[in-house]
This record gives sequence, structure tokens and C-alpha cells, in this order.
Amino acid sequence: MVSFLLIILASLFFMGFVIRTKSIASGRKGPGILQPMKDILRLWKKGSVYSTTTSFIFQIAPTAYFTSVLMAILMIPHGSNPGFISFEGDFVMFAYILTFGKFFMIISALDTGSSFEGMGASREALFSMLVEPAFFILMGSFALLTGHTSFHSIFSLLHYGSNISYMLGVLASIVFVLIAMIENSRMPVDDPKTHLELTMVHEVMILDNSGFDLGLIMYTTHLKFAMYGAIIANFFIGMLPLEISIPIFIGIQLGFAIAVGLIESFMARFRMGNNPQFIFILTSVSLLIFFGVLLVLGKFM
Amino acid sequence: MEKFLIEIFNLLAVVAIVSLFFFKTRGKGILALCVISLQVIIGSVVAFSVFSNGISEYFYPGSFITGRIPIRIDYLSAWFMLIISFTFLTGAWYGSQYMKQYIDQADNITLHIVAFILAYTALIDICIVQNGIVMLVVWEIMALSSFVVVIFEHYKKETLKAGINFLVQSHVSILFLTIAFMWAKVKTGSFDFAAIATYTSTQSAITGMGLFLCFFIGFAIKAGFVPFHTWLPLAHPAAPAHISGIMSGVIIKIGIYGILRVLLLISTDMKDIGYFIVVISVITGVYGVMLAIVQHNLKKLLAYHSIENIGIIGIGIGVGCLGLGYGNQILVFCGFGGALLHTLNHSLFKSLLFYTTGNVYQAKHTMDIEAMGGLLKRMPRSGYLFLIGSLAICGLPPFNGFVSEFFIYNGLFNGLYTKQFLPILFILFAILGLVIIGGLALVCFTKAFGIVFLGTPRVKGSQEVINESPLRIVPLYFVALAIVLIGVFPVLLSPMLQKIILLYQPAPSPLMTIQLNTLLESLTSVGWYSLGFIALTSFFYLIRHFVIAHRVITSDSTWGCAYTGDASKMQYTASSFIRSYRKLAEPVLQIKRDKKEAIGLYPDHISQVTHPHDKVETWLIDKPLYLTKRLLNRFAFLQNGNVRAYILYGFIFISSAIVLPIVIDKIVLIIKFFNQL
Repeated sequence: MVSFLLIILASLFFMGFVIRTKSIASGRKGPGILQPMKDILRLWKKGSVYSTTTSFIFQIAPTAYFTSVLMAILMIPHGSNPGFISFEGDFVMFAYILTFGKFFMIISALDTGSSFEGMGASREALFSMLVEPAFFILMGSFALLTGHTSFHSIFSLLHYGSNISYMLGVLASIVFVLIAMIENSRMPVDDPKTHLELTMVHEVMILDNSGFDLGLIMYTTHLKFAMYGAIIANFFIGMLPLEISIPIFIGIQLGFAIAVGLIESFMARFRMGNNPQFIFILTSVSLLIFFGVLLVLGKFM
Repeated sequence: MEKFLIEIFNLLAVVAIVSLFFFKTRGKGILALCVISLQVIIGSVVAFSVFSNGISEYFYPGSFITGRIPIRIDYLSAWFMLIISFTFLTGAWYGSQYMKQYIDQADNITLHIVAFILAYTALIDICIVQNGIVMLVVWEIMALSSFVVVIFEHYKKETLKAGINFLVQSHVSILFLTIAFMWAKVKTGSFDFAAIATYTSTQSAITGMGLFLCFFIGFAIKAGFVPFHTWLPLAHPAAPAHISGIMSGVIIKIGIYGILRVLLLISTDMKDIGYFIVVISVITGVYGVMLAIVQHNLKKLLAYHSIENIGIIGIGIGVGCLGLGYGNQILVFCGFGGALLHTLNHSLFKSLLFYTTGNVYQAKHTMDIEAMGGLLKRMPRSGYLFLIGSLAICGLPPFNGFVSEFFIYNGLFNGLYTKQFLPILFILFAILGLVIIGGLALVCFTKAFGIVFLGTPRVKGSQEVINESPLRIVPLYFVALAIVLIGVFPVLLSPMLQKIILLYQPAPSPLMTIQLNTLLESLTSVGWYSLGFIALTSFFYLIRHFVIAHRVITSDSTWGCAYTGDASKMQYTASSFIRSYRKLAEPVLQIKRDKKEAIGLYPDHISQVTHPHDKVETWLIDKPLYLTKRLLNRFAFLQNGNVRAYILYGFIFISSAIVLPIVIDKIVLIIKFFNQL
């Protein structure tokens, strides 16, 4: 419950901080923190144009995408406070429910019959497939470390043993920051500000969405960022009481937003063809974490 | 009671086949439908009564060749009987509509119906009979009748070729099974399956392993494990849609049944078997889906996906074996439970996908994905059913594919807690494999659904809405209903699964009971969560509906960067959708490309065609076959068409047959003589 509210709250400000960081880094003053949310609100009030080629899939996809992320957020705990629902193996559900939303976004892009949107759909499908192993191995390592397979038990028991778990947490945070960048199609995998469809991933998929649906999709991106921020925060919260953990949560979300802003300001987008290699790095880092955990537990023979 | 019912079940098939010849074609269809439905009812009654009353066992005296014929219907048999029956029921009902367009081929249809009934009866009998030689006979009936149903369109060259390939490979499978059963018979003097169990428990582990490998290869050819899968992608596209569905849904599953049955019997080092199965299954799964993505024939794509799913089932079985080997009981439950459940789930969604593909085929008369597009508007029911099947096969909640994968994931993550390093490494490998399979399945089915059903037609043709007759769709609704039901209420099946697993794990420890309860609680949560997801999505969709009701809604053509002409030729195609994937996978796969580029001032027609090849098939089947042919061609001079030469061969053979033993005798005598010196 706590985490759900915190994530919703964070999602309102997250993108504002990212944009402000980018503006300051490029020497501009930048818009207000709430400007991205205001843009979304404006979109929600607008009418929409639907392509005559599209079917019901196109109508429901943004909603399915949004609810899939919302349902995923329901599982995220806040330290020792569980999420709305928590069961052993819930991170498998977490990954698959997010994939459900992605599936619908991909087929809704193909639904338009556009010559551009298939491009984004194809890339999104490939990249999200490549990201998945990293997530599973990472969660597998923490499951191995704590002996549990639900988000809540993993995060609340993470720092029960030695302090080396904080180091693993740092490594894991790096992986999660990158996962978040890839899943949300940001730099260095994709440039949301580009004006050339050929080089887009996410943006080109939603070319035909407008009005309410577009607002929903954009808000879902914010939610996703806040969700990954919350997971990263959980690596460090552990059993801390609320009055300490909430400031930590806010601090980490802020740090995450600034990190995203800085990455976007100072990194160039990779060539499309090199992205898979970059994404494979994530899997290898998470394998490192896995073997690190094995080392900690003394299971090497 | 079961004995009586099973006898009626078999008798029904015989009576139906005999009386079939007194009807006209339409009547034959109706008769076959009635008989299959009746048989399905009997089969299900037997299966359910076994689940509620316990294992049923009885004996026929048999003959001096077979020995006593034991019929044992245990929970494993009953589970597979249920799976087979349901798929055959929907397959028969769907097939009766699908075959309507061939109604003028009366003889062909008669043969098809006879083989169809035989195949179903034989499949059920394989599940219950526990005598080696009788099982082989029934297996042969099944193999032959499935060959006949596959080559329904035998006047097409590819169909016949695929059918013969299938026939040959099923007999290689039978060869291995025969060796295995003979081995057991020679050592124990009995064809009874129970003898295998007593034999292997008294022998060293290596004997058991050898016997297991013999059985495994035999069954793996039927199931389609890599590298024994090569018949599958050929046979599925050749068969009529309902047969493809049944073949992928249950006929290949009989191989899984065989492996599970043998695992129950053979006692050897389960750890090694576990490692072996995990490795071969991960390879099967990943290789299957990797090839599935590059296929542009919709049925071939689905066929490769069956191989992938066999891999997932295999991972479950392997994990279960590891659990048995290391004494980790929850691993046994998750592994075998996941495998069994995935067998059921795959039979549901794969048959659904094949049936809908059949509808597509009859509308478009092609299976080439590149020639399709926009079919959702012309055949909405088939389209949405295909979508449900796709989501389920990708293992996405709230459908049934997720539940079985969740089972296996649970087993895998539980397996990480073992103390030894080696199993952890293998389990990590399996987790990686399963995740990659899931991700690639997403690529594959977004392609399959998106290109076939969405967008606009890529090839111009008639645009009228296709009549999807209710009789053709209703069986599919039942399959879809089962898919959603298992997805939302996964706990419904767990009592049955528990009973089956107890066969493998007769004495559950208290710890196992606790872990099992946790797992069941998780499953309940998964169900509620899925239900919540459906509810929340509908809720937000309603909100969206009311919000945009007050907004200005306009329709226009798809944004085309200011190009307003016909863009259907500019849409993303299946090959372009998977282009970046293909670039990544090219080192592993073998893709031939025929490219005609635009050269010169006035370029000609340009084109690009890709032909994906199966590397395993090339190296394991084509190459050796080519080499054998070349070797045997050296002896082609023998076949010179000269009768006198042939008589000479006969003479040489007979005389050598008579003379050789005498000569050998003499040599032996001489050697003995020298020895005595």
C-alpha cells in the first residue's frame, strides 16, 4: 500500500526531474517540474484520430499496457511493507505481466499497417527479449541469497546476513537502471527526442496514437520509471522503519531521475545494430552477480 | 467396471469401422463424429473413475508369444487419456467442418475416417497397455494410421514426401523401442512393464541408463526432441488442419507419455538422467523457437513451436528427475507437475492455433505469411481465437501457458537452494533457456499474429467477409474456454497432478507438504491476480470509453509521412519484422538468400527470397543420406537389368550359403588340429 502510493507520487514528478536535469546540463533553465504531467493532462482532454486500418486491438492496447504496468506495481513492496499482493514466485509474474503489455503495444503498432511502426515493433520485440534474461538471473541470484522467491521476502531479508549485500545492491542497481533505460526506450538504446522515424524504437510505435491513448502511453512510461526506481530503492531499504525509508526512497528516485537525465545529456545513441551487444552486457553483469552470490554462500566446489 | 468400459471402447471402434462402408460420405462423417464422441465420453469416464477410485489393474491371458497382458490404468495413463480425448473431440468436430470442401473425394474421406478412429483408439490403448509386444503392435497401428491421416492430400507431391519421411522416422522410433523391449524381455523373460522395474533395480546404474537411452531415443523421435525433430516441420504443414492440431496436440505427446512412463519404471542414477534431459530440452526449446521465427509458412512456424514446447515440457521432466536424484521433493513436484500441466496446456493452445490456421488456409488457400494481412477484419472470430492461442503459447497471464511455466520456474528457483554446485549450474542454464524461449516466443507470435491478421492485405484479392460458420467456430470456443479457465483457476487441476506425482514420489516428507502448500497458495494468488488483471483492464477500458465518448473522434488513414497513396505494399513484412533478429541468429541458423538487386540504369524486377534451412536436418539426415547413396551407387552396376546376371547372383548366394558353413567347419577343424600339436 505504502509503496503503491509512493510510486504513483514519484511517477508524477519523475520525468520533470529528468527534463530539468537535461536542461541544466545543456545550459538552459528548462520547464517546471510538473510540465510533463501537464502535457499528459492536456492530452487526456484532447480528441483522437483513429486510422481506418486499425481494429479493436489498437483501441485496447494502450489500456492493456497501462494496466499491465499498474498490476506489476501492485507487487512491489516497500522494504518490510508488502505490496498489495505478494506470493512466492511473484517476480516471474511481474516479468510476464509486463510482457503482456508489451505484446499488445507491438501488435497495436502492426495493426496500423504503417510502413514505419513495424520498425519500432520489431525492435521493441527483439530488445525486450534480450533484456529478460538479465532480470531473471538477477532475481534468481537474490532468491538464492535469501532463500525466497517473492519480492517482499527477498527485499526484506536481503541485508539479514552480511553487509556484502549492499555491494550486490549497487551492482544490481546499475543493471536495473540500464534495464529501465532499455524498457522505456531511452538513451543510449533509443533517442526519444529524435525526429527521424528510422532511428526510433518506442516513439515510432505510437505514431498513430493520439489524444487520450497517447496520454495513457506516456503516463505509463513515467509509471515504469518510478516502478524501476522503487525496485532500486528496495535494494537498500531492507527492514528500515518508514520514517527513514521514505526519505531514502525519495532520495533514490531523485538520484535515479538525475542519473537518467545525465545519461541522456552526455551519451550518444548507439547504432541500432550494436544495441543487442550492449544489452547482452546486462546479462553478463547479472551472471557476475549470480556467481558473486554463490561465492558469498560458499557453494563453489 | 473399467475393463468393461475399455472393451466397449475398442469394440466401438471396430464396429464403427466395419459399418462405415454401409453409409454415404455425409453419413460416414456423422457416424464418425458420433463414434468419436461416444468413445471420448467412455474414455473420460474411465479416466475420471481412475482419478476418484484409484488405480485399476486387470489381466488378459494373452498368447504364448505375448505372455500375460496386463492392463494398468494409473493416474499417469488417466491424465493422458483425458488430454488425448479432449483434443480428439474438438479435432473431430472441427475436422468434420474442415473436410466439407473435400466431400467429392469419397474414398479418400472413408480412408481418412477409418484411420482417424484407429489413431484415437490406438492412442488410448497405448496409455493403458503394459505389455511390451502388445504395446509395440498398438504403437505400430498408431504410427500407420497417423501416417494415413497425414497424407490425406496424397495427390500433392510434397504431402506424400512429408508423409513418407514421417513414416520412415516413426519406424526408426519403433526400432529403438523394439530393441529396448527385447532387451528387457531377454533379460527377464517377460514383456510385462513391471519386469523392467525389477530388472533395472537389481542391475548397476549404467545398465538402467543404457535401457533408458534406448527408450528415450525411441520416444524422443515421436515427441520431436532435437535432433530427432526433423519429421515434424514437414508433416505438420502437409496434414489437414485438424490433423495438424491433433498431431501437435497429442500424437507427439505420446512420446512424452512414454518418457514419463519409462521414468516410473527404470531405477538408475536419476541425477545423470536429469542432467541429460535438461540439456537436451533446453537445446530443443531454444533451437525450436529460433527456427520458428524465421519460418514464413504459418503451419511450419507452428510446427517448430511444437518442438519448442516439447523443450519446455522436457525441462520440467529434467527438473523433476534432478529432484528425484537429489531427494529434493518440491523439485519433483514442480518439475513433473509443470511438465504434465504444460502437456495439457500445449495440447489446448496448439490445437486452437492449428484449427484457426485451418480457417485461414481455407480463406486464403496459402500458408505464406507474406501474402496475408488484414485478416482480422475478414474473419474476426478466428483472429481473436488465434490471438488467445498466441498469448497462451507465449506463456502470458491470464492464460494457461503461464501457469505451467510458473510451475517450472518455481521448481527451478527452488532447485537453486541445493547445496551442490553442479545442479545449480544446470538449473541456471535451464532458467536462462526458459527465459530466452519465452522472449523468442514473443517475437515469433507478435510476428505471426501481427502480419497475418493485422494491417492491410499484402496481396490484392477479394475483400469480402468470410463466412465463419458457427459449427466451425464453436469447438474452438470450447478450447479457448479451457485455456482461460486453467489460466484463472490453476488450482482446479492440482489434486490430479498431486496424485500423479505421488507415483514418482511415494512418500512425501512433512517439509514437502509445507512447500507444496506454499506453491498451491502461490497458484491461487496467480489465479486471483490474473482475474484482477482482467477486471482492471476492463475497468480502465470502460473509463476510457466514457472519457473519449465526450471527445471529438475522427478517422483518417494511417500516418504515412505525407504519402497518401496505397501503402499496403510498404507495410512491414514478416521478413523485415525479424530482420534484426535474423542478423543476430545467422551464425546459428542456415538461411539461404536469393537476392536480385537493382542494377543499371533501367533496373529489372527486384526481389529477395529467404529459405531457412534446418542445420540439424542437413547434418544428421541429408548429409549421411547423401553419403550412403554415393556409397551404394558404386554397386549400381550390379543392377544391370540382365536376368541371367540375376540368376548368377542367386546361384552365388545359394552356393555360398551352402559352402560357407562347410568351409568354416573345416577351418575350425584344422585350427583344432594345429592346437593339438
